Amino acid sequence: MNTVWSLAKVVVVEMVRRKDFYVLFILTVLLTVTAGSVNLFNDRSIVRYLKEICLLLIWVSGLIIAITCTARQIPAERESRTIFPLLAKPVTRGQFLLGKFLGCWLATGLALLLFYTFFGLMSAAREHHWPVLNYLQAAWLHWLMLGIVISFTLLGSIVFATPSSNGTICLVCSASILLLGRHLNKVALGLAEPLQSILYGVYFILPHIEWFDVRELIIHDASLIPWDKVALATLYAAAYAGFFLWAAWLAFRRRPLN
Amino acid sequence: MHPVLPLALALAAALATGGQLLLWQQSRAQASGSIFTLLLGESRRAFADQMFLKADGYYHLGNYPSVFDLALSDGKTHMAKEAESHAHRHDDSQPPPAHRDWIEAFGSHFHPTGHRHIGGLRDAREILPWLRLAAELDPHRVDSYTVAAYWLREHLNRVPAAEAFLRDGLRANPDSYEILFELGRLYAENNRDVPRARAVLELAINKWIQQEAGKPAPDTPSYRLILGQLAALEEQTGNLDRALSHYTRLKNLSPHPDAIQRRMDDVQKKISAPK
Repeated sequence: MNTVWSLAKVVVVEMVRRKDFYVLFILTVLLTVTAGSVNLFNDRSIVRYLKEICLLLIWVSGLIIAITCTARQIPAERESRTIFPLLAKPVTRGQFLLGKFLGCWLATGLALLLFYTFFGLMSAAREHHWPVLNYLQAAWLHWLMLGIVISFTLLGSIVFATPSSNGTICLVCSASILLLGRHLNKVALGLAEPLQSILYGVYFILPHIEWFDVRELIIHDASLIPWDKVALATLYAAAYAGFFLWAAWLAFRRRPLN
Repeated sequence: MHPVLPLALALAAALATGGQLLLWQQSRAQASGSIFTLLLGESRRAFADQMFLKADGYYHLGNYPSVFDLALSDGKTHMAKEAESHAHRHDDSQPPPAHRDWIEAFGSHFHPTGHRHIGGLRDAREILPWLRLAAELDPHRVDSYTVAAYWLREHLNRVPAAEAFLRDGLRANPDSYEILFELGRLYAENNRDVPRARAVLELAINKWIQQEAGKPAPDTPSYRLILGQLAALEEQTGNLDRALSHYTRLKNLSPHPDAIQRRMDDVQKKISAPK
């Protein structure tokens, strides 16, 4: 476990040193503040549109940070040839993958912490109340979703040739599931057989990362999600992340490094 | 050469260029309407529709049908059906539709469900940014002005803001009888400015006749609303003959002529009552 933790720490430190995250955070702050400064019928208490814009930016930034950070991990180690001394030490390929996953996941978690703190402060300044538990649920579910995306991207970084193609494919897949995942069954029901069964099968197999998007609940001040449902969603995310990591290990364990 | 001279020259050049740019920007803005026209072209209308739907989504507290839900078995959308009946029918007692599978059932815990509408003042103001944006994107979409003005004056008690927004709408759509009707209602119900309300409502009727009377399927619900508002205004202010004349026109168009007849009988009684 120490080996995995050490590898993860390196990834987190690397992420802290890179400028991508800071650029996205500053952009999010700037765009939100600009949207907040718009005069809407001289009413300063209108807040939901601002929450919507800020959360959208947080979601886009979260996806970009998670995918770009993960997609370059293994190719960068290969390119700089640091992977050889690393795996020559008593570090198994499984530990290497796990360390990379944990590092990317923790790094995006830190980023989300900052983003959601800003979101909380911004909405508290306008709404004068702070539903901390709701925000915690939203941030936790968001982080879980990014865990699935990170493990999928890690698998992609072994399967696909370059980080750019892997990043693009993962971004397109994630965005498609987020936008359409909930509706695939309705589309399937409108199709003729065998397309209906095929699409319904895809609907059951896909990781439903759109579940973890609870922005609408936060925007409209809905009540808390039942904790047992959050626990089940956590298990679901852990199962998919575990599956993708296992698949990545299967693909990586016998692959030549050069 | 004095070191200040190049600096002064640079400043003068910058000011001149800045002024020219400002003038160019102003002339472009006048020519093209708004920054959205410049950036988005005609696609801004599609965005305006989306913003209007977003406002409706906020009205339903986030639980709004997607394009996939709107595709019904009979090939008609909810919106088309509502437009046909001219009423947004809700039955809150109706149970939510059954889930098709366990994924849909479990997923329903993570997004708004159940048919609810915005309630208090705090919620009501939240639809306004999207209506404003819809109006900015497509100034010729009159719904954006009339709906926003209704919420501003009826629910938020912001009558001057509603009037100003309607006036913006009227500048962009000088022939809109819908905006004139909403403005007339504002003068009649909120400002109690009877002469202005009458003038605006009569103008709305004229505009309606000019635009709709010759059509094979005219917008009679709007005409009924204008006539009803004007008739009620005349009745309240004691112009009973005028009120009777408007009610007579309204009776011919109304789906409930008996109710209008009862109102006419009341007016007739007032006319024949000894003074």
